Amino acid sequence: MSIYSFTLPVIVFLALAAYFAGYRKALAVAGQSGGIRSLHSLPMHYGLVAAMASALPAITLLAGWHLAEDKVITAIITGELPKQLAQLPASELSLVLNEIKNIAFGGFSAATSSPAIQDAAVRYVELERTFRTIITVGIVAAASVPPVFILKKISPTLRARNLMEKALMVFLVGCSTVAILTTLGIVLSVLFEALRFFQAIPLVDFIFGLQWSPQTAIRADQAGSSGAFGAVPVFAGTILIATIAMSVAIPVGLLAAIYLSEYASPRFRTWTKPVLEILAGIPTVVYGFFAALTVAPLIRDAGSVVGLAVSSESALAAGLVMGIMIIPFVSSLSDDVIHAVPQTMRDGSLGLGATRFETIRYVILPAALPGIVGSILLAVSRAIGETMIVVMAAGLSANLSFNPLTAVTTVTVQIVTLLVGDQEFDSPKTLAAFALGLLLFVFTLVLNFIALRVVRKYREQYE
Amino acid sequence: METATSALTPSFPVMIGNQAESVMEDSDAKETARNTVGTPFVDAPRMTCRNVDVFYDEKQAIRNVSIDVDQNEVLAMIGPSGCGKSTFLRCLNRMNDTVSSCRVTGSILLDGTDIYHPSVDVVPLRAKVGMVFQKPNPFPKSIYDNIAYGPRIHGLTQNRSELDEIVETSLKKAGLWKEVRDRLNDPGTSLSGGQQQRLCIARAIAISPEVILMDEPCSALDPIATAIVEELIAELRTQFSIVVVTHAMQQAARISQRTAYFHLGNLIEVGATEKIFTNPLHQLTEDYITGRFG
Repeated sequence: MSIYSFTLPVIVFLALAAYFAGYRKALAVAGQSGGIRSLHSLPMHYGLVAAMASALPAITLLAGWHLAEDKVITAIITGELPKQLAQLPASELSLVLNEIKNIAFGGFSAATSSPAIQDAAVRYVELERTFRTIITVGIVAAASVPPVFILKKISPTLRARNLMEKALMVFLVGCSTVAILTTLGIVLSVLFEALRFFQAIPLVDFIFGLQWSPQTAIRADQAGSSGAFGAVPVFAGTILIATIAMSVAIPVGLLAAIYLSEYASPRFRTWTKPVLEILAGIPTVVYGFFAALTVAPLIRDAGSVVGLAVSSESALAAGLVMGIMIIPFVSSLSDDVIHAVPQTMRDGSLGLGATRFETIRYVILPAALPGIVGSILLAVSRAIGETMIVVMAAGLSANLSFNPLTAVTTVTVQIVTLLVGDQEFDSPKTLAAFALGLLLFVFTLVLNFIALRVVRKYREQYE
Repeated sequence: METATSALTPSFPVMIGNQAESVMEDSDAKETARNTVGTPFVDAPRMTCRNVDVFYDEKQAIRNVSIDVDQNEVLAMIGPSGCGKSTFLRCLNRMNDTVSSCRVTGSILLDGTDIYHPSVDVVPLRAKVGMVFQKPNPFPKSIYDNIAYGPRIHGLTQNRSELDEIVETSLKKAGLWKEVRDRLNDPGTSLSGGQQQRLCIARAIAISPEVILMDEPCSALDPIATAIVEELIAELRTQFSIVVVTHAMQQAARISQRTAYFHLGNLIEVGATEKIFTNPLHQLTEDYITGRFG
C-alpha cells in the first residue's frame, strides 16, 4: 500500500480540523474582548494560519522522506551485504541492488538468486515497512502538535492576516521559481551534451560547415566513416520553410484579423473567430499527410505543366501547409490587440474625415503594433519548431538550397531522426542533436531580441 | 409615459420664436408643453436641422428636433445626462454612422446640402464638420504628426514647408504653439490633459472646417485648463461655427451666444444665452437652470 493513500487524507483532515479550531478560537477570543472588530484579522485568517501550521510541516516531512527513502534504505542494505557483494565495483553493485529491489517488490521470482540477495530483499521490505510506520507517526505528530501552539497564541493582537499574506507571497514566488528553474534546467542539460559534442567536432566546423551527413559508418574503412556535421544546410532549410510559412500566415492572418475586428459585424465575428481557431486544433500529423498526399502532388503536377522539375517532397508544400496551420496564431492574437485599441482613437480619426482604411493604416495598426509583432513572433517560433509536417512533406535530405521546389530538411526534423531508435549517447551523431537544439535555442532567442528592439522603436503607445 | 406620447405629436413648424416670446412674456406663466420654444431659427444659418428623430434600434433617443446653427456663433447645448444632446451632436457630422443600431430621420442641411442624402460622402462632410471629443484623444504619434494627420489624408499640401505652415498656424490658433514649438517630435500623449485637448482642437482646425462640434470638451480638464480652452473657443468663433455640448451651465453662460436646452430627447427651448439664464420661457428650463433637478 502506498504511503500516500493513508497519510495524505490524514494531513488534509488534520489541517481542516486545525482550521476550524483556529476559527472557533478566534471567535471565542473576539467574544471576550468585544466583538470581531477587536481582532487584528478575520477569524478565517486565524483558521488558515492554524491550518498552515498543521499542513506545512507534515507535507515537508512527507516530501522529504519520499525523496530520501530509497537512498536511506539502500545505504543500510549495502552496509549489511556480505563482503564479496559489498566490495563489487559501483556499476555491478547497482545491478545487485536492482535485483534486490526487484525481488522485494515481486517483479522477479527469488528462486534463481543467491541466498544473500534473497535475505537482503526480505530485509528491504522489512526496513521499508518500519520506516514508513515511523514516518507516518511523525507526520501525524507534525500535523497536530504545531497547531496546538498556534491555537494557544491566538489573541486579538496576533497578526494572522499579515502571516497569511506573507505565506501566499512565498508560495507565488515558489511557483514562478519553478518555471525559471525548469527553463534553466533544460538549457543546462542541452548545453552540457552540446559541449560534449563540440569536444568531438569543432564549433566552427559545426556552425559554418556546408555538409550535413551525420550517419557515420560503423567501421573506419567504410565510406563516410567520419560523418559531416555542418549545420548550415539544416538551418537554411529551416529558414526557407519558415519564410514560406510566414509569407502565407502573416498576410492572410493579419488581413483576416483586420476584417474581423474592424469590418465584420459582431455576430459574424463571434462565429468566425472560433471556427478559425479550429485550424490551430488540428493535429500536425493530419496537416502532415494533407501536405504530403494532397498539396505536394498538386505542386508537382502544376510544376510539370509549366515545365519545372519539382520533387514530390518540396519545401514549398511543407511551407504552404505550415503557413495555413499558423494562420490562427496570427489572426486570433492580432484580432485581440486590434480590438483593444480604444474606440476614441477611431472616433478621432473618423472625425477628421479619414476613411476606415486610412484609420486602420495610420492609427489602428501602429497602435496595435507590439501585439501584432508578438503574435507574429509566436507564429515564427511555431514555424521553426514544427516537425511533423516537414518530416512528411519536405523530406530528410539536407540539401543546401534556397529553391523552394527541392526537398530540404529542418533542424527539428534532424533532431528527431538523430534520436529515434536505439542510440549510443557518446557518439557525435547522437550528441549532434543537442548541439542543433542549442543552436536553435540561440537562434530564436536572437530573433525575439531583435523583434523586441524593433517594436520598441516603432510602436505608438496609447496611454 | 405621458411625456413621450405628447412629444410624438407632430409639432413642426414650431412656433416662430419672436411670436412665442411676445405671448409668453406678458404673462408670468411658463410654457409646459414639449414643443420647442424660443428662437431655434436664424436668418442665414450654416446648418439647418428639421424634424430630426434618432433611434437606437426601437428606442427613440431624439424626438423631432429642429434647430439652426448660425455662422460664427457658439451654440451651447445643455441638459441633464441622457437627454440626447451628445447623440444629436454626433448626428451633425454623421459620427452616428459607426453605431450600427442607430437610425436618423429628418433633414440636416450644411450650406443647403442634405448631409444624409445617399449621394453625400461622409469623408468630405467630416472634413467640413470637425469634432472634438470629451476625453482628449491624441493619436499615439508625435505632436507634429497629430496635427499633420488631417492635412495629409486630405492631401491639402504639396510639400513639407506648406505642411509645416499648417501645423504652426493650427497650433498658434489653438494657443499651444509657444508650449510645444521645441518638442514637436515628442508624442502627443506626453502632454498634459489640457494641452492634449488643445492639441485635439488644433488637429480639428488644421483641415479648416466650417463647423466644429465639441462634446463636453472640458469635462476631463482642471479649472485652469478649462479657462484656457474656453478662451480659445471664444477666439475660434471669429472663423468657425461652434456647437458645444456641456454639463457646466456656467460654461454655457460664459462662452455661448445661444443656448439650447434638451430634456429626455426633446429640444425644449432655444434662445439667446443671456435670456435662457435670466428669463427662460419654459418651466423645465427654469427648473434645470435653477438647480431643481439635473
